[in-house]
Amino acid sequence: MDNTITYREAVREAIRKAMSEDERVFLMGEDVGNYGGSYAVSRGLLDEFGRERIIDTPLSESAFTGAGIGAAMNGMRPIVEIMTVNFSLLALDQIINNAGSLLHMSGGQFNVPLVIRMATGVGNQLGAQHSHSLEGWLSYIVGVKVLTPATVQDAYDMIGLALSDPDPVLVFENSLLYNSKGSLDTKSTPIPIGKALVHRPGKDITILTYGINLFKALEAAETLAKDGIDAEVIDLRSLRPLDDETIMKSVAKTHRVVIVDDGWKSGSISAEIMARINEQAFYELDAPMARVCTLEVPLPYAKHLEDAAIVQVDKIIEMAKKVMVQS
Amino acid sequence: MELDLTKAKEFYSKMLLIRRFEERCVEFYSKQKIRGFLHLYIGEEAIAVGIMSALTPEDAVLATYREHGQALAKGVSANSIMAELFGKQEGTSRGRGGSMHLFDANTRFYGGTAIVAGGLPLAVGMALADKMMKRNRVTVCMFGDGAVAEGEFHESLNLAALWNLPVLFVCENNRYAMGTALNLTESETDIYKKAASYKINSKQVDGMSVIEVAKAASRAVEDIKDGKGPVFLECLTYRFRAHSMFDAELYREKVEVEEWKEKGPLVVFQKRLEEMGLWSEMDVKELEDEIKNTMDEAVEFAENGTLEPIEDLEKFVYSEVSNG
Ligand SMILES: Cc1ncc(C[n+]2csc(CCOP(=O)(O)OP(=O)(O)O)c2C)c(N)n1
Repeated sequence: MDNTITYREAVREAIRKAMSEDERVFLMGEDVGNYGGSYAVSRGLLDEFGRERIIDTPLSESAFTGAGIGAAMNGMRPIVEIMTVNFSLLALDQIINNAGSLLHMSGGQFNVPLVIRMATGVGNQLGAQHSHSLEGWLSYIVGVKVLTPATVQDAYDMIGLALSDPDPVLVFENSLLYNSKGSLDTKSTPIPIGKALVHRPGKDITILTYGINLFKALEAAETLAKDGIDAEVIDLRSLRPLDDETIMKSVAKTHRVVIVDDGWKSGSISAEIMARINEQAFYELDAPMARVCTLEVPLPYAKHLEDAAIVQVDKIIEMAKKVMVQS
Repeated sequence: MELDLTKAKEFYSKMLLIRRFEERCVEFYSKQKIRGFLHLYIGEEAIAVGIMSALTPEDAVLATYREHGQALAKGVSANSIMAELFGKQEGTSRGRGGSMHLFDANTRFYGGTAIVAGGLPLAVGMALADKMMKRNRVTVCMFGDGAVAEGEFHESLNLAALWNLPVLFVCENNRYAMGTALNLTESETDIYKKAASYKINSKQVDGMSVIEVAKAASRAVEDIKDGKGPVFLECLTYRFRAHSMFDAELYREKVEVEEWKEKGPLVVFQKRLEEMGLWSEMDVKELEDEIKNTMDEAVEFAENGTLEPIEDLEKFVYSEVSNG
């Protein structure tokens, strides 16, 4: 079965399927019910599943995230929606000190099969408190897994993967992707958590990215191809665990690396990836590794400033060419 | 609740067990067999024993870092707690938790939380799961007066009341958060009133009286199991020891502590039993001997315990098996 739907619909379908198949699954968060989800992901689900399972919460990120953890410990499969990653900071205590720690701290007795979905992303002129991409930073936390679906297929698959995982999984949905369209095969076997995907094979340079920047990287690769540079574009898909194997294999093939990351440079996931390549594949490199990140500013509102601060296709092209020249 | 000889013995010996257990902890702390933060419950025993007397094994308990007493009262074995304090893999958390993180799935003891107020949202979630699955059981959440100042306290009480959840909040108000007295941090020091403002059935009880606590707890559990929603008990108490083994106790007068010791749970209970004529019938010596044996055994068990192999250190960060 093959059909074309939006990313938003794919997430919704995955939630609907999970809720129909397993009575332990429920959705909880701010405005997920009556409002239909602040990004309209859960629209219609309240009518279908009722207030018992589509639960509108007060503005209490810490308490309802913690309640999700408690419910997961007590046999449920909760999906907690945090409106955007910016607000997840109010729940960080619960995510780090409880969700990520309980299994280990209890000597293996209490696992936390919880899914936390959050919108993330930049580029809508929303200003500093609604724009940040903190998924790389949240992937610092041990005990949780971090997924960043870019495609419609992954938007669908990753909800199911996250729900069948015995541990807490954070799923980052880029808000600018919700309207994007793609084909969905609901019968295919999902690519597991922790596996990266080579989206566009190439032999000259590896572009490592995730989320919405996958599409910017693919666009850059098309332009680079016209200039005779054959870029391999890899969708990391999962920031924790990272798929070292796929990354190193590609580095061994192209010998050049550009990392495209929506986070700030300092202490970002791109910094981590560079460190790993340095540890595991240094002698494969023909040029210094490079990266395209968000400028180190709280994101500005004005369009021209925002554009200048965030990842753009031409910045990727420029950086890739620079790396090619250096080798 | 009728107080007969059997019940009297049970209450007294459980409180004594906690007291003696912690005295051993002090002993082995000074011998450096127990390390890290060690928060003693001495003076507060009546609360744990009174609350747990109202529970069945199916009911769950979440507690703070001062939780030896609650764990023992819930039925976690002294052996496994002592082994945990000694850092052995036979301990409640394989030596990964220590004093502040006791966990025991068998007795439904869910910790052991060392972030003040961090357990309240979890209790709300546990209770939510029970309500959704139509399981008639209670989740008890125990915390100190310090937790009241945290946002999670208010968020959690609101959720529990709003969703009519089967949770029993137990505030152990010992008047101090580390070295800061409650009146220096709260505009309203009657904590049960805060809970009442969330429309939670809420009550202040004498936390030094195991009978008063037990009575209030059994009524609360009954109401909760009847579907009447959360209950909040503020138990007024006092800790006789320092906040932790590192505390020089510069913030309170010795006389204050001595005054409270007169009102201690064991003393008070003994007086009550004397009034009722039950004390003379109780063989305290026999109870003491029994507990001493239990303690000796626990220490031996802990001493003989083994250390988790370093190769296993990275286990349990993620689950090994899927639970589908
Ligand atoms: C969120 C948080 N802030 C601060 C601390 C440090 N701390 C540990 S115990 C404590 C006092 C808590 O007092 P209370 O809740 O009354 O419990 P008690 O120790 O009296 O049993 C503090 C401030 C902490 N553990 N967690």
